[in-house]
Amino acid sequence: MKNGYILELRNIYKSFGGLRALIDVDLNLRHGEIIGLVGDNAAGKSTLMKIVSGAYRADEGKILFNEEEVQIANPKDARKIGIEMVYQDLELCQNLDVPANLFLGRELHSETFFRFLRKRNMEKESLDILHRLKIDIRNPRTKVDKLSGGQQQAVAIGRAVSFDPKIVLMDEPTANLAVVEIEKVLELTLRLTEHNISIIFISHRLDDVFRVSDRIYVLKHGYMVAVKEKLKTNKEEIVKAMFMDVEEQESLQQ
Amino acid sequence: MGNMGGADLYSPMDRKFKVKEYAIFLILLGIFIVFAFFLRDRGFLSLVNLMNIFRQTAIISIMAVGFTFMLASGEFDLSIGSTVALASLVGALTLQRAGILPAVFAALGVGALIGYANGFFVVKAKMPSFLATIAMMGIIHGLARWITHLQAVPVLNKTFTYIFGGGNIGPIPTLFVWTLVVMVIGQVAMVMTLFGRKVLATGGNVVAARLAGIDTERVKWLLFIVIGMISSLAGLLYTGRLHAARYTYGEQDLFTVVAAVVIGGNSIYGGTGTIVGTVVGSLILGMVNNGLILFGFSVDQQVIFRGIMILIAVALSPKGPKE
Ligand SMILES: Nc1ncnc2c1ncn2[C@@H]1O[C@H](COP(=O)(O)OP(=O)(O)O)[C@@H](O)[C@H]1O
Ligand SMILES: [Mg+2]
Repeated sequence: MKNGYILELRNIYKSFGGLRALIDVDLNLRHGEIIGLVGDNAAGKSTLMKIVSGAYRADEGKILFNEEEVQIANPKDARKIGIEMVYQDLELCQNLDVPANLFLGRELHSETFFRFLRKRNMEKESLDILHRLKIDIRNPRTKVDKLSGGQQQAVAIGRAVSFDPKIVLMDEPTANLAVVEIEKVLELTLRLTEHNISIIFISHRLDDVFRVSDRIYVLKHGYMVAVKEKLKTNKEEIVKAMFMDVEEQESLQQ
Repeated sequence: MGNMGGADLYSPMDRKFKVKEYAIFLILLGIFIVFAFFLRDRGFLSLVNLMNIFRQTAIISIMAVGFTFMLASGEFDLSIGSTVALASLVGALTLQRAGILPAVFAALGVGALIGYANGFFVVKAKMPSFLATIAMMGIIHGLARWITHLQAVPVLNKTFTYIFGGGNIGPIPTLFVWTLVVMVIGQVAMVMTLFGRKVLATGGNVVAARLAGIDTERVKWLLFIVIGMISSLAGLLYTGRLHAARYTYGEQDLFTVVAAVVIGGNSIYGGTGTIVGTVVGSLILGMVNNGLILFGFSVDQQVIFRGIMILIAVALSPKGPKE
């Protein structure tokens, strides 16, 4: 590994019909790093993440994982590579309990003709995951819709982590959460790096982004208009980048 | 559930959630006590009457188990009633010509075929299930009327009537055995197997389920076939119990089945699957119906009453997904 990047996006283009959602976008993610991805509504943040997670296919551009080009045609490809996405709109089954959600789609079961669930094993491993990530859910057998928004987000993150990923993409994980819960999700996000996970963290809440990220990327109308080291920038500068004209921005970047 | 026990996840506080699960039994018990008291002079408590309640609810319960699965996956099958009739007639006609085993296969085959077609329209042609299956209901109902020109098909085969709901094993009606078997298989499948989990995930959040790699379309398609075959079994049981096949079987059952499932505590928005609740719901309906008869209410009044019960049950039932 020469350049130390686990993920590199190069010259990514994506259009929806006539709408140009992403134009010549570059992004680099270092090993063990958290980068913040910010931008106004419809800037293209979710689209970019969905390209990395295999939900969308880029029209043009390259994705490099550990400096080797990879094809990510669907979420399965992404998962094989070690990329997990925590979706903005929680992709949990509200009617099922925590272990059921953590193991959704890869339930442990007997190999008999009638496949009996190994609920005990799944519960044990679920407790392990929750414990490892210090996720505070008193009774994991509660149906997810009875959990708070923050706990639900934690379950979604726990599910992503349980696939043993190298990269986790988080799309607005703090949206719709109460203030106390936001802090917990942020702490959880920071803790993930202890498990050798690199993270792209999307939020329009700059406080959150500044709390967790090492570097901050700014998208605007589909253009990546700025990259800043967190310690060498401030909110004012980021806000300017988010809302200033592209031309102005480019001159500023030099 | 036995396999869920253990100190690893339970804290004593969690047990308070359990009260809700028993509510349905308490309601059943409450109604039973009220009727036992007010109808004590009208034979409500007699063994004959209680057995009667049971016989009248058995076939509904069986169909309701199938419907619970369907609803759990987030889909409807409104063609179950007409499937009962067609399977009954096909079964009886085959029985006359070829014997019991071919008759059973023919009847189940009819249900499986109808289910396959329903599944095709919903899964492949992307039609809303309530529309696809209501159209199917019309087609099947027409076929059932046409196949024997409204004539009943008598069934004289003693073995057949004995097995399919007409006989007793010692003091226990075979109907009881069928109901118990279907209920137990249903409950185990729903709660303890991978398939049940897939059904619940599909009904709970179809996008999440698909994203997790669950073939939700296959799950639904399979359910349509299963519920078709369960309806066929119901048709065979009517045939055996009443010693004849008729196109009218099942006509009124859809309403009652839906009522049983909803009263049993299942959400009409999918994602819940309490089989035991459904069967208790069916028993409650049967008992109330029986009580109303003993109180002297007319058939029309009973139907009105059942409608009111559905409304109350829906009002109290689990709400839809939060958007
Ligand atoms: N599946 C899609 N079909 C059509 N347009 C889309 C689709 N997904 C995103 N877009 C459009 O692409 C632009 C970027 O959207 P998005 O990536 O969701 O922005 P953000 O997450 O930054 O708010 C928006 O104008 C949005 O309407
Ligand atoms: Mg977005």
